[in-house]
Amino acid sequence: MIEAQAPRPQDVLPPPVERYTILGWMYRNLFSSWFNALLTFAAVALVYAIGKPLLTWTFSQARWEVVSVNIRLLMAGQYPVAELWRVWLCVHLLAVLGGLSWGVWVRGYRLVGLIVLAAPLGLAAALQGGPARIHLVAAAIVALVAYVLGRVAGRRIQRTLITLWIVYLPLVLLIVNGIGRETDPLRLVSSNLWGGLLLTLLLTAVGILVSFPLGILLALGRRSQLPIIRWSSIAYIELVRGVPLVTILFMAQIMLPLFLPAEIKIDRVVRAMVGIILFTAAYQAENIRGGLQAIPPGQFDAAKAIGLSGIQSMVLIIMPQALRNVIPVLVGQFIALYKDTSLVAIVGLLDLLGIAKSIVSQPQFIGLQREAYLFVTLIYWFLSYFMAHLSQRLEVALGVGER
Amino acid sequence: MLPFPIQHFGQMTVQQPHRSIPLWRDVRVLRVFAQVAFLVLLALLLGYLFRNMLAALRQQGLGLGFSFLRLTAGFDIGEYLIPFSRASSYGSAFIVGLLNTALVSVLGIILATILGVIVGVARLSKNILVQGLARAYIEALRNVPLLVMLIFWYSGLFLKLPRVNQATPGPGGVLFTNRGIAIPWGIPTETYPTYLVILTVGLLVAIITAAVCIWIGRRTGRGPLAWAWSLFAFVLVAVIGWIALPSAPLLVDAPALQGLRIAGGKQLSPEFMALLSGLAIYTSAFIADVVRAGIQAVPKGQVEAAKAIGLKDAAVLRLVVFPQALRVIIPPLTGHYLNLTKNSSLAVAIGYPDLFSVGGTVLNQSGRAVEVISLVMAVYLTLSLLTSLLMNWYNRRLKFVER
Repeated sequence: MIEAQAPRPQDVLPPPVERYTILGWMYRNLFSSWFNALLTFAAVALVYAIGKPLLTWTFSQARWEVVSVNIRLLMAGQYPVAELWRVWLCVHLLAVLGGLSWGVWVRGYRLVGLIVLAAPLGLAAALQGGPARIHLVAAAIVALVAYVLGRVAGRRIQRTLITLWIVYLPLVLLIVNGIGRETDPLRLVSSNLWGGLLLTLLLTAVGILVSFPLGILLALGRRSQLPIIRWSSIAYIELVRGVPLVTILFMAQIMLPLFLPAEIKIDRVVRAMVGIILFTAAYQAENIRGGLQAIPPGQFDAAKAIGLSGIQSMVLIIMPQALRNVIPVLVGQFIALYKDTSLVAIVGLLDLLGIAKSIVSQPQFIGLQREAYLFVTLIYWFLSYFMAHLSQRLEVALGVGER
Repeated sequence: MLPFPIQHFGQMTVQQPHRSIPLWRDVRVLRVFAQVAFLVLLALLLGYLFRNMLAALRQQGLGLGFSFLRLTAGFDIGEYLIPFSRASSYGSAFIVGLLNTALVSVLGIILATILGVIVGVARLSKNILVQGLARAYIEALRNVPLLVMLIFWYSGLFLKLPRVNQATPGPGGVLFTNRGIAIPWGIPTETYPTYLVILTVGLLVAIITAAVCIWIGRRTGRGPLAWAWSLFAFVLVAVIGWIALPSAPLLVDAPALQGLRIAGGKQLSPEFMALLSGLAIYTSAFIADVVRAGIQAVPKGQVEAAKAIGLKDAAVLRLVVFPQALRVIIPPLTGHYLNLTKNSSLAVAIGYPDLFSVGGTVLNQSGRAVEVISLVMAVYLTLSLLTSLLMNWYNRRLKFVER
């Protein structure tokens, strides 16, 4: 009887490396069957049919001066020119934080980093001059220096960096809003003057930050064992989630002044903020509830067993775990809100979209809607795509769903 | 050695004389108290807001109440499904708006589903070009705010179509102009009512055919395709009815240029087209992602097993993959249908008279802010709740039945 002999390890050949020529690759991926070939031709025809007129228009017919002339309005609205340095300060701070974070956390992705660095330089080259050019170049240099520093310091400054990010948004609000009287260096700038991309980003930041604690309360309320509190939370959440944001913004603009006593006057930007916060809180509540539900009941029991009170176990044991689970979802919410803030243009605020609308209604820019709106679209697209990509990396880095 | 002292509870088994817990530490009392306190606070807050509102309304000389709905509207609405003129009441204006919302939502949901399924399947295509195109489509649309897209679509595309007197008929006699798109449409003749009766009969026949097919299927285990046979029965009755009637029930009316206006056919306004295509295309990107995730959730072994028993690619998709993917797809799909319905309120930005936009006009005309906003919100809430009830019912039907 012949015994089957197991081959010795050194005799086993590695699996053949798949290697094919360009033609072979094309055959495999594009022409493997007649149907596949048909699809390929249809796709090429589609790309050609859309791409060719689009490219011709972009490079030879479009009049992009509507964007370059109005770039300050599109970015910062009617924010006083003398105070624009504050906005730039926020940009530089962002460059510092971004550079440091990139240095500490991101490995690889050299090309993406170079593109991110090159973007402000390219913008600076496209501009006609003025302080914006200097600021953009400065921001790129600041980011590069911060990156090197972050690389050197490494993971040691992780915690400091996270704290700085958390402090960053309130700080920006403070710098942009200002404090004190007319003569002070940081004088108040009425929020009616905020506009453009600045307003869009501020609305988003305020919406996320303020709605967050509200969302936690509502999520806890919805899981409460006290029926009245539970049903009130459910009613609020479902009511808000059942209606479009634009109706809530409308309500905030028109009915909020009615609800408040006659002495209190709040301006339109703040009213929009209230609407956005009330709206986002309901969605945040559902996100956080999702995180809470993922916590195994054993954690509650264990917290009780070591003698923590209900509030203590919530703050020390449950919430940190629940929030860690929902960070990617919260970034998703941030992106959604960033896009949704464009709705304030309907109630007459001059955010990025609103200002574009008012620019193309001026007589000298009439008929240039495509250029203006395409530029706005690109800004929205670029930032939200970038954030979505970051959140995917964050998800991997945090190991969500792995522990 | 244990790191903590062990407490001995031995002595405590001695029955202590029964002492009632003081009220302020009795959990049952505390729970009731907390809820009552919450309720009182909530009522106080709401009452305060309500009182302020009444005071503010009194100052403007307005009361509260819905009797204004019977007053004459005094404004025109561009598009209506039920007869409407400026002599109609506010109430019927609302109904016109509601019907417009329903029309655009239902059509949008159907189109978005078809497009979304196509793109979602294309996203998983073996053809690398098709896959890349589908991916670009999804990524491009998901990261742009719908409102920006709608305005771009409307002012950059549909309003830039050729003027009426320069329009050239497209395929099938369709006219593309900046005042809308005109398509051929049927004009009912005197036999049309009879034909409607015939169609109803056809529908009944189709239902009976389907029932018979299912009954045969139950008895023999090899039932004929119910949907195909009932469709065939319906078409058969419809065609026979068309031929049997003395004159055709519908005359095809092709749109034609008549000086500076279009005569005949069905004219779809640029507002309607922009809203419908914007909603459908935007939502289809999200649906495509849901469909892709659903298909990927079906275990690979299922596809391999289906291929092993000799099913062709299309049959594998139709009989094995889709039915299983549907269970994963339905819940998020419901969310996107709801979003589409709510997003149709953005019609106000491009001037399509949907519920919200008509509500805005009524609000401006009558000054009844509180009533109008609450009415509009209540309607959206009802629509949302109805849709989710319907989809939940469907979802329960699809649920995996464990044997």
